[in-house]
Amino acid sequence: MIEGLNPGFILIFGALLVPITSGIIRSILLLTLPVLALTQIYTLGLGTWGHYEFLGLSIELTRIDPLARIFGTVFCLASFMGMIYALHVKDTIQHFVALIYMGSAIGAVFAGDMITLFVFWELTAISSVFLIWASRTERAYKAGMRYLIIQVSSGVILLGGIILYYQETGSIAFNYIGLTGLASGLILLAFGIKSAFPFLHNWMQDAYPEATVTGTVILSAFTTKLAIYTLARAFPGTDILIPIGAAMTVYPIFFAVLENDLRRVLAYSLNNQLGYMVVGVGIGTELAINGTAAHAFAHIMYKSLLFMSMGAVLFRTGTIKASELGGLYKSMPVTMVFCIIGAMSIAAFPLTGGFVSKAMIQSAAADGGMVVIWLIMLFASAGVMDHSGIKVPFFTFFAHDSGIRVKEAPMNMLFAMGFAAFFCIGIGVFPGLLYELLPYEPTYKPYTAGHVITSLQLLLFAVLAFALLMRYKIYPPELRSTNLDFDWFYRVPLKWLALAIGRLILVIWNWFLGIANDIVYSIINTTEKTHGDGKVLARTTSSSTAVMIIVAVLGFVVVFFYRFLQQPLPM
Amino acid sequence: MSKPDDEKKYWLDDPKNIDKVFYTILVLCALVSVPDILSLFNILYHKHVEFEFENIFEFYSLYGLVCYVGLVLIAKKLRKVLMRDEDYYD
Repeated sequence: MIEGLNPGFILIFGALLVPITSGIIRSILLLTLPVLALTQIYTLGLGTWGHYEFLGLSIELTRIDPLARIFGTVFCLASFMGMIYALHVKDTIQHFVALIYMGSAIGAVFAGDMITLFVFWELTAISSVFLIWASRTERAYKAGMRYLIIQVSSGVILLGGIILYYQETGSIAFNYIGLTGLASGLILLAFGIKSAFPFLHNWMQDAYPEATVTGTVILSAFTTKLAIYTLARAFPGTDILIPIGAAMTVYPIFFAVLENDLRRVLAYSLNNQLGYMVVGVGIGTELAINGTAAHAFAHIMYKSLLFMSMGAVLFRTGTIKASELGGLYKSMPVTMVFCIIGAMSIAAFPLTGGFVSKAMIQSAAADGGMVVIWLIMLFASAGVMDHSGIKVPFFTFFAHDSGIRVKEAPMNMLFAMGFAAFFCIGIGVFPGLLYELLPYEPTYKPYTAGHVITSLQLLLFAVLAFALLMRYKIYPPELRSTNLDFDWFYRVPLKWLALAIGRLILVIWNWFLGIANDIVYSIINTTEKTHGDGKVLARTTSSSTAVMIIVAVLGFVVVFFYRFLQQPLPM
Repeated sequence: MSKPDDEKKYWLDDPKNIDKVFYTILVLCALVSVPDILSLFNILYHKHVEFEFENIFEFYSLYGLVCYVGLVLIAKKLRKVLMRDEDYYD
């Protein structure tokens, strides 16, 4: 392999082979590429490669350090998992764009400079939208458009930030930036859009649930975690991120409780999990950054697992609305078990991935004496237990029997879910293996009696609360509905405003056209009066008169120039 | 999809068993509460606390219960304000 090739390129170049393969060859190709990329990461080891000077900018195509490596590793694993899950799909476009998308996310993680980062950043946006459009529905088309506008805007803002940053510092190396002024502010905003900061988040809940069954699984793993990685690289210890992250852990859970589309519930819950990571970046201590990286790793596993199980339900039953589902444990028991493993993992039960990762961030907040942030995150942890830990499995597989009887999920989907479930539990039981990959010296001990017992108390009493609310019929029923979120502002009033402005422009334009028409008509009329048939300037005259006029003009010119030429020419 | 008419009965189909699940949850909650009760008498269990209030009796249990109920009740109120028809945006 080419020395120092960015592992992302393996998937991107490999994608070019997709259109010319089919059947088993394509399946082998899809599964081999992520493995090759992962091998490339570990054969290269740590270091930097691919230095070029381009228009006076130092490009560094490949940079592998521990922080990039853990994100790159989990991206490769997620690619492998996503490709197993999508093996049954017979859609060349989806396979092609999925590889480009995953490859560019991996490429971005290993980018050593911001120009390379920017190129991959935009490529993830453009390639991923096809996974949404691949649903081939009107809703998906519109949601994809909104998604693309927001994603590309993030890229444009990033580019603006990079240019200003280059003017200030003369460097485009992608290292610690810190929030210092306009340039870094723009870069932070660009990262914040993709990290789904509060009020910048709706693209995710809007678009992810409209993507294809397999598309949502793939989308959920990369874009937002890439953004978390860039935040952890460029803005560790930026104080403003702590309240932003804390708000992110809380704001989405209310919507997750109300939402009926279970893939949208998971998108809200994904948003809430990102909140913990943003808090970790904001705290910025070694423990907190370790926690963020570990949480991103574990999170990709359990969140993919949850999306995969809901995708399998959608694939088999044709709906993913909680109000229509129920009792599926009878026909999809294996999927149910995997879903519950994912649910317990996201809720951070002991012996699961969430338990050994989230606690690091919680602990880092406590070390910094941040009581309020700590309490907010603990509240959000009880909330996670509701929407992802209980609601998703309960209303799909239990609750009232909807009477839906279907086959178990296809074999490839079960394999992919098994792969994720293996990691969810593996990380929980052997946290040491994950901790070895962390960017800093792992010092945290997750399995203390106190931590296990307090976690169980929090979670089991949350379960009890659910059981009580169900028993006394207080728990809100699942209803077919749309719940207004912040995107209402741009989907209703802003749209209305845009249309009103459009109408105003039309009125002004018509008025302008009217005036222009009047002017043209008046010119034509005037011309007609002077040059029209039989009018003064249109009269014919005899040729002798014409010759007379020409001679007179010629005479005048000769006399005039004779007089003029008498004088010396100005030099 | 086939009609679930004369298929086998599942354990959870019996409402009595749902009660059993509920009581199991109660028992589990009682079990995880034991360490805090013991610590009242200074036996066995020493919590490593970061904040003073973590020492409150059954702090985590109560916090979990209260937060959960609070979250659901607030969300129910919010539904009155935020809920629209399914095809609201279409």
